[in-house]
This record gives sequence, C-alpha cells and structure tokens, in this order.
Amino acid sequence: MEDSNPVISVRGLQKSYGDVEAVRGIDLEVRRGEVFAFLGPNGAGKTTTVEILEGYRKRSAGEVSVLGEDPERADRAWRERIGVVLQSCRLDPYLTVRESLDLYAGYYRAPRPADDVLELVGLEAKADARAGSLSGGQQRRLDVGMALIGDPELLFLDEPTTGFDPSARRQTWETIAGLRDLGKTVFLTTHYMDEAQRLADRVTIISAGTMVAGGTPEDLGDRENRPATVSFRLPEGVATGELPVDGAASRNGGRTVSLDTSTPVATLNELTGWALRRGFDLEGLEVTRPSLEDVYLSLTSEGTE
Amino acid sequence: MSGLALVAHQFRYDQKAFWRNPASVFFTVAFPVILLLIFATVFGDETVDVGGGIETTTYYVPAIITLSVISATMQSLAMSLVIAREDGRLKRGRGTPMPAWVFIAGRIGNSIVVALLMLALIAALGRLAYGVPIPWEQLPAIVVTLMVGAAAFCCLGIALTAAIPSQDAAAPIVNALLLPLYFLSGVFIPDDQLPSGVIHFADAFPVRHFFEAFFSAYVPAGGGAGFEWGNLAAVAAWGLAGLLLATRYFRWTPRSG
Repeated sequence: MEDSNPVISVRGLQKSYGDVEAVRGIDLEVRRGEVFAFLGPNGAGKTTTVEILEGYRKRSAGEVSVLGEDPERADRAWRERIGVVLQSCRLDPYLTVRESLDLYAGYYRAPRPADDVLELVGLEAKADARAGSLSGGQQRRLDVGMALIGDPELLFLDEPTTGFDPSARRQTWETIAGLRDLGKTVFLTTHYMDEAQRLADRVTIISAGTMVAGGTPEDLGDRENRPATVSFRLPEGVATGELPVDGAASRNGGRTVSLDTSTPVATLNELTGWALRRGFDLEGLEVTRPSLEDVYLSLTSEGTE
Repeated sequence: MSGLALVAHQFRYDQKAFWRNPASVFFTVAFPVILLLIFATVFGDETVDVGGGIETTTYYVPAIITLSVISATMQSLAMSLVIAREDGRLKRGRGTPMPAWVFIAGRIGNSIVVALLMLALIAALGRLAYGVPIPWEQLPAIVVTLMVGAAAFCCLGIALTAAIPSQDAAAPIVNALLLPLYFLSGVFIPDDQLPSGVIHFADAFPVRHFFEAFFSAYVPAGGGAGFEWGNLAAVAAWGLAGLLLATRYFRWTPRSG
C-alpha cells in the first residue's frame, strides 16, 4: 500500500537567489526502493534541489513532499528516516572509523549495528583507523556509513565520487549498488553520465535549472533513434563527391570521412556494394551509435545556450 | 536517548577529539603551563605591589588560571566551531535527528571540564613548584567565579565565530582580540606596573573584570569570601551579550563554498 506512494514528489519547484533563478520548475517522482539519479553539469541546480529535499534550504515556489512530509516543516521523527551525505564534508579526523559511526549511532532511536555498517561500506579493516588517515574514497564511504547508521529509508548522496580516482569510484559504486539490495531508496546527484548509467534505475537530466530529459538509462534521450555515424578511410584517388551517399565529410582534413545516418543498414548496403563493384576496400569501416555521454553532452549544451 | 544522555554522549566524543588534537592540547593545556614557568623564572624574585605586596608567583598563578579559562572556553570554542563549520560537520550534524542545542551543549561541557582541569593543574603547579598556597577556604568563590567566567567566555566564543570567515582567519582574529587584552588587563604585566589609563581602558572589556574577580577569589588579601559581585556581574553581562549575538548570528553552514 505504501509502495504506491512516491517517496519523493516534487511539482513546479523553483528557487531564486536574488535575481538568479537556480531552479526553474522541476517535477520529480522517486519511487520506493529505486536508485534515482539527478544528473547535470556543475551549476545546473542539483545541489540546490537536493538541499531543498533534505530540508536545508527553503524553496521559492512549488510543492515538495519527502516521505509524506514537507521538508521545510520536518521534525526529528522525519530526520530519523533519512540519511544525508553532503557534497563536501570533512569528518572529524581525530575519531576512528568505529567511533565516528558510534557517535552518529547515538543520534538515532534504532541504529543499525556498527559492524553491519562497516561491512556495507567495506571498511572492516579500517575500523580502528582515524578518519584523518583514510584516503578520500574511504572517507566518503565512512560518510555514507554515517548516513546509514540510523537505518534510514531514504538516502541522499550529493556527488559521491567527484574527484575520485577510478578505483575509489568503483568501490564507492559497489557500496551504493549494495544499498539497493537493502531496499533503500537512493537519491543520487552526479555530473558523471557513467555513474548514473551504472547505478540508477531512473535518471533525470537537468541543465540550467530545468529538466531536459528523463527515463531509464537505456532509453534516455531517445538514444536508439538518434542517427548513427558511419566512418571509413577514403580509397586512394577517390573524392567524396564520387561516393554513392551524401553528407560524407572528412574529419580534420584527413582521408577518414564520416557521415550521420538514421538508416545505417541502407547506407552500409550502398557503400559496401559500391566498394565491391569498384574493387575497393573500405579501410577502418565503423558504425557507431551515440554514447550516453554524447547524448548527455548534447542535451545539457542545448539547455545552456 | 534523552536530551541529557545525548549531551553526555556528544561530550564523550568531543573529549576524545579534543585530547587527540595536538593543536588544542598545546594551546589550551601546555601553553599556559609554559607561560607560568617563563613568568616565574623571569620575574620570580620580585614582589608585586598589590594587596600590600605579594610574591610575583602568587600574582601569576591566578593570572595564568584566568588565561587558561579563557583559552579553554572562548579561544578553543571559537576555533573548533569555525573548523567544524567550514569542514561541513556542523551542517552534516543538522541533517541528523540530534537537536542543535545538544551539539552546542556538548562543546560547552567540554570547554568547562577543560577549564576546571586547568584550574587544578595550574593551582597544583603553583603550590608544588613555587609554594603558592591553594586557598581551600575560598573554594566556593573560586569555583563560582570560574564557572561564571567559563560560561560567559563560551558565549563570547560562539558569538565570535560569526565574525570569522574561514579556518585560516580563526587563530589571527582570536589572538588579535585576546593577546592585547591580556597585556592591558594585567594578566601578563602586573597591575602595579600598568598606567591607570590602561586599566581604565581594560575595564571596558570582560578579560579585566574576570581577572579581578578571579584574583580576589584566589588571593584572599581582604579576608572576605572572595566574591567580587560587581566584576562578576560585568562578566555575566558580557556573556549575555555574547549569547544574544550567538543566537542571532551563529551559522551552521560553511561560509566558503
């Protein structure tokens, strides 16, 4: 019954700072048990939005409901049900990993056992190390652990891997992926497409304070129906005008040419038939679909222009 | 946990963090001890023309306790709260069910406990190294005076954080305020060597009032109970002003970024 109610529901959210409109009309619905990614470039309004949902900031307009309550009027009982990982927070360097968890455990009525949380965030071996001696990735995982210690239903993660090296990112991703298995609802902001793709059930892309796309990572931005790119090296002594297809252009003035086509099968058929008849080989022949990164970049640059 | 149990919980971890932090242990605990040793060594053979003439060391023991109390409260709180604020830890704590006042109460408790420890440490050092008597019969006045001062300087320290924009600015701002006041209020230089104009100027600030109150409690020249109600009222008024400013201007979120 409760599952039919969204965990987060946002309608027409707006936030201005003086004359600057940071968020200009956002609608969201996050369902119980899903990992929801809020994706956008720096300055798109991600942190402003997530801090409104967390109860840190007041909105200028719109309706917001998080776990059935308005975060602006949220009380202690509501805070028991959410976990927050801020975009940047330096934990107390003089407390050990276990002490940091125990300190936060004391703030909640029914905390998870610290040993459980240590395992979830993969810091069992570091339990007695001071937080100040941890690497950036380990500190962030401890931060996630401190957000999990109260056993919240909903977890906010604001850019959890920004600035990490690949192995630290991978470990943090594993921790976040494990949260879904616990049945937690996760609201994740990120400016990394691959992070959203890897972790999220659903993604909303925002740019300059407005939503530009939304959906599952697979069908985001209607990727399947975007044109494919065919590229190959032009045979010796052949000019682009002689090709049986239109629109081929050289990249960087070299012999490799590429063209965009929404019918790649027909285009390839014409090209390869022509090459066989003329006795050419098409060296370096390649057909590529736009990557999610390409879709993301084209969507977010449309939004800012 | 109930409110008080939560304060005790917070206090326990604040204590751990305090004693493991080399900067806080040095400036709050070791530095006053070093100052007492230096003053006693340099001026040890002289007398101070206060209350009919006393040993210099008898003067410096309550002076250094005064400094220790201010250091453990105003200085230590202002610095550690600004660091925690700019690191994002205050903001992070606000995202938990812990009430804000618990956090502040834990920190104040930490400061007051350290201040009481410094009283014991400096008094014992004065007694053992320099034979400065511990006025046990004045203990109520000593403890009450110390507690009024500690509470007031805690409030001033919390209020001061509002004027400190960054971690780097914390130490310079706190020292720029306190070091001159220590000199002008007779904490570093005995009263009898200060021009009366300087003392009048210092009377406008809480350090002088707290020092006078604590000195009377610790050096019972007059034979009373050692309560300087006028000075204590001035200290308390400063504390109240700090409290009002703190409730109005204290912030939980980083100033930078």
